[in-house]
Amino acid sequence: MRWTTMPRSLSTLVVAAALLLPFSVALAEAPGAGPDKDWIRTDRLPLLLVIVVVSAAVVAAILLARTGRPVKIRRLAALDAVDEAIGRATEMGRSVLFVPGIMDMTDIQTVAGVNILGRVAKTAAEYDAKLEVPTSRSIVMSAARDAVQAAHFEAGRPETYNADNIRYLTDEQFGYVAAVTGSMVRDKPAACFYMGAFYAESLLFAENGNSIGAIQIAGTAEPSQLPFFVAACDYTLIGEEFFAASAYLSGERDQLGSIQGQDLGKLLAAAVIIIGCALATAGLWLPACADGAAALRKFFGG
Amino acid sequence: MLQRTVPIIILCASGAIMVLAYFVTAAVSWSETVNVWFNVLAAVAFVLGAGNLLKVNLEKISSQRPGWGYSAITLAAFFFMLVVGLFKVGAIPDSKYPGVRLAGNYETPASPYGWTYEYVFSPLTSTMFAMLAFYVASAAFRAFRAKNTESILLLATAFIILLAQTAAGMFLTGWIPEDSAFAFLRLDWMKVAITEHIQTAGMRAITIGIALGVAATSLRLILGVDKSYLPRGGGAA
Repeated sequence: MRWTTMPRSLSTLVVAAALLLPFSVALAEAPGAGPDKDWIRTDRLPLLLVIVVVSAAVVAAILLARTGRPVKIRRLAALDAVDEAIGRATEMGRSVLFVPGIMDMTDIQTVAGVNILGRVAKTAAEYDAKLEVPTSRSIVMSAARDAVQAAHFEAGRPETYNADNIRYLTDEQFGYVAAVTGSMVRDKPAACFYMGAFYAESLLFAENGNSIGAIQIAGTAEPSQLPFFVAACDYTLIGEEFFAASAYLSGERDQLGSIQGQDLGKLLAAAVIIIGCALATAGLWLPACADGAAALRKFFGG
Repeated sequence: MLQRTVPIIILCASGAIMVLAYFVTAAVSWSETVNVWFNVLAAVAFVLGAGNLLKVNLEKISSQRPGWGYSAITLAAFFFMLVVGLFKVGAIPDSKYPGVRLAGNYETPASPYGWTYEYVFSPLTSTMFAMLAFYVASAAFRAFRAKNTESILLLATAFIILLAQTAAGMFLTGWIPEDSAFAFLRLDWMKVAITEHIQTAGMRAITIGIALGVAATSLRLILGVDKSYLPRGGGAA
């Protein structure tokens, strides 16, 4: 692949890697790097290997998708219901509420939530539905405004974008809950989306949304909050589905390809688990298998 | 173009540094610098947030929209805390600098700021948190309806766990000897089997999926494949 024909995103990565790799190599080989002052954390090298393999799988899947190879992704009921929920809100003349979690943009869940917001906002703009986005962090408000504005441009309706619908409330967890649930009870949105990092407030939001009869779609990667969303919401994106949602909704080949790469990583994890289980079980009778299981456990930091 | 290209380059470099810092000890200081940059941005953005809070609530009050009274209370509370916090009104004088009012301690409940936080704000947040107990009950009531096979399994599992957590669990099955062939009928045994084997296996599967999802999402962002969060056209209003 010639440099000039290389996709811009990959060339950006190559430039970044080219800038950073010599630094890391130079640091690793620097004189005086003794056992007490290792430049490279050798205990974390197995994790680096896993990251490289998973990243390579994702990049390879993106490149394969670009060649025109068909990309098949399992349908996600929660995301297929997005159009239905916003359509219902439009018909009822009520608003759509999107809560991007309570954490800042430093949390990858918030980033994923804002990405999904862009897709939801595009549909809302197409349907001319009012989208309300209360945020608990100033930077999230700013990022959410950018995402919603971009969605309105993409939908061909930049004039309907209203920055005041994306507002900052408070950084305080329960102050935010009080403000959002209060507006839910007063405005009665017909569709509620909860996408991001949630903690104790997850059930407070979801139960209030349930009490006003809203269609509720939630997505989070907080394992402790998933049962609450599953119990109280109509649809829930569980863990990896939440991260795949933005790519799924975009329908772009590159992004759908990256989900396939993610699945390759999952396949690899499943294979390692099965091999580990088989070795540990066989190790009850065969010492060589027990050694193999121990080596595998040690490799993955167990 | 700059509005989209520059953020991608910054994101790509920052992301690469954060990953590198996890493996290269010397790059930790770079990642700390990136974190400092974020804190600076967050501090600037906080002004944006406060400005937005003022704008939205002042508009609501001036147009007398429904619920404008809540906006008035919000702004009154905002300004009260801002003034007593910034100017340290009623702060307890510092023993080293008794003449310097701004050196005083304003976080103690003896000062207006600390008192408001301790006796107004904290009870209010505790009240919100306490409401969770009622919501758990109502959500559990809906979730534990035996509608199909899955919900019957969920109900049975919840019943075993809840019963095993109480004294009734020990009373009902505690008489079964722990070393007998029927020990698996003890509720405490069943609770351990469910939480430590079945639940842990399920949670680990979800956690592995989350880790892979985080990696793929990060890669999509670092490679610039996903740009949905970036502004388009004239920028954010």
